[in-house]
Amino acid sequence: MNSIKRLFGLLWIALGLYVGYDRIVDSVSKIGSENLENRIFGWVVLLVLTPLITGGLCLFGYYAFKGEYDER
Amino acid sequence: MKSSASAPAILSPVASSIRSVIAASSVGTLIEWYDFYIFGSMATIISTQFFPKENPTAALLSTLATFAAGFIVRPFGALVFGRLGDLVGRKYTFLLTLVLMGGSTFLIGCVPTYDAIGIAAPILVLLLRLLQGLALGGEYGGAATYVAEYSPIGRRGYFTSWIQTTATLGLFVSLLVILATRQSVGVAAFEDWGWRVPFLLSAVLVGVSIYIRLRMQESPLFQKLKAEGKTSKNPLAESFGKRENLKMVLLALLGATAGQGVIWYTGQFYALSFIQKACNVEFVQSNYILVIALAIATPGFILFGALSDRIGRKPIMLLGMLLGVLTYRPIYQAMYDVSDPSKKTEIPGQTLTSAEAGSVTTTKAFTDGTTWKSVQKSPTDLPKITVTLGTPGFWMMMGLVLIQVIYVTMVYGPIAAFLVELFPTRIRYTSMSLPYHIGNGVFGGLTPFLATALVEKAKSSGTPQAYLEGLWYPILVAAVCFTIGLVYLSNQRTNTQHD
Repeated sequence: MNSIKRLFGLLWIALGLYVGYDRIVDSVSKIGSENLENRIFGWVVLLVLTPLITGGLCLFGYYAFKGEYDER
Repeated sequence: MKSSASAPAILSPVASSIRSVIAASSVGTLIEWYDFYIFGSMATIISTQFFPKENPTAALLSTLATFAAGFIVRPFGALVFGRLGDLVGRKYTFLLTLVLMGGSTFLIGCVPTYDAIGIAAPILVLLLRLLQGLALGGEYGGAATYVAEYSPIGRRGYFTSWIQTTATLGLFVSLLVILATRQSVGVAAFEDWGWRVPFLLSAVLVGVSIYIRLRMQESPLFQKLKAEGKTSKNPLAESFGKRENLKMVLLALLGATAGQGVIWYTGQFYALSFIQKACNVEFVQSNYILVIALAIATPGFILFGALSDRIGRKPIMLLGMLLGVLTYRPIYQAMYDVSDPSKKTEIPGQTLTSAEAGSVTTTKAFTDGTTWKSVQKSPTDLPKITVTLGTPGFWMMMGLVLIQVIYVTMVYGPIAAFLVELFPTRIRYTSMSLPYHIGNGVFGGLTPFLATALVEKAKSSGTPQAYLEGLWYPILVAAVCFTIGLVYLSNQRTNTQHD
């Protein structure tokens, strides 16, 4: 089980990076929108949600890969 | 995770004392949720009173009020009041959040309209809304921690589940008060001044709650910690600056609260939005559907909280997420079908069309009692469709929402006990509040907006069944959260290693 936890760590890092890329691309298009609500929504996703998902998943994945969640 | 069956004497208060603790904490938290929801439930009226669309600054402030209070300020409230709660105690901190929430809600009800004082009105409302978000961020962690620290070992799931009912009951009470006020004073008076009543009522509710809470004692575990001089000097640094605690904060967020947040918002808010916007169900009827589903499902919080004391928090929370992942699409397809006129039998000869002042109104009746109304104000405008469901359709729709609210009770009922047991007493308030409010507020709170954006994108690209595409956001978040929870979470029942 511990080796699965560690291997999955790499998956979470990859997922974090992919979601970050996807959200940045999407948010930038919304920030350029004419609609005010879309613009603010784009900024919220870019500045709040994306860092949380990318930062959270990458750091979690790193800890998992390093064995921080291993059962001892 | 270690388990223990032994209970220190300090954790065995008499049953009546525990009931008082639960009542005092739950009533206050319920009022805070009520205060928070009435703003959202009356967003349309508030917009016309304070945020006229023709003024771009007011429109900007309106959008900021929507996003900032729910998603940005709540986690800050968690940090500010969580720190305070770990430094000075739970009791005084969640008294402070209650005063802050009640005061700002009451004042929103007193702010003169945009027509009376101009741009100062939306600025004041925005500031008060931010205070509401800040207060909510501090309240929940305090109430959950307080009750958990009073609860006997092995019953934390059950006792904290009463706190878990408050968010749904707060929504329930807010809808009831709004509907009752609207019916009492009439629609026109409600839109003119009656909308202020639910806000002003908050002062009475908060006053009662403060009186009850002032009579409560500090949590026994915190008192013990303080007496031994073991309280944290810097809860924020200890919570998020140390790897051994930060990794648990991340696990709580990505393995539990993010999934809980999207299931919670999908089952209660996105469901309502879907019924109103995709199914075109009439406003009052759609609210009744949700109110009935909430009333029936609410005991589920207690049931699953108590069950988590027996079989553990993990299997119940993860099952709730898995069921959401697997069944949301068929449930929402069924909801759409219930209101779809093309799937009903029209009563011949009851189709009426009338034209007045350039506006064309068409009504149709169906054999199941459903009526369909279309109003087109000009040939270039899209018609406004309103569906009023017949009795079978109404109960079918309610049943489909009820299933989703039951998922909510599964993920939400045990989560307070789960979070409390994950962190040590000295930094518990801070450590549990932040992942909760990021998971519930940010991941969950953005659900209606992200889902709507996905639907719009699907519509513009001509995707069939575009109305279901919004579900991909909660489905994917819940699926990731389920997987992380399944692999990394330990199954906790009576974890006392941090007490």
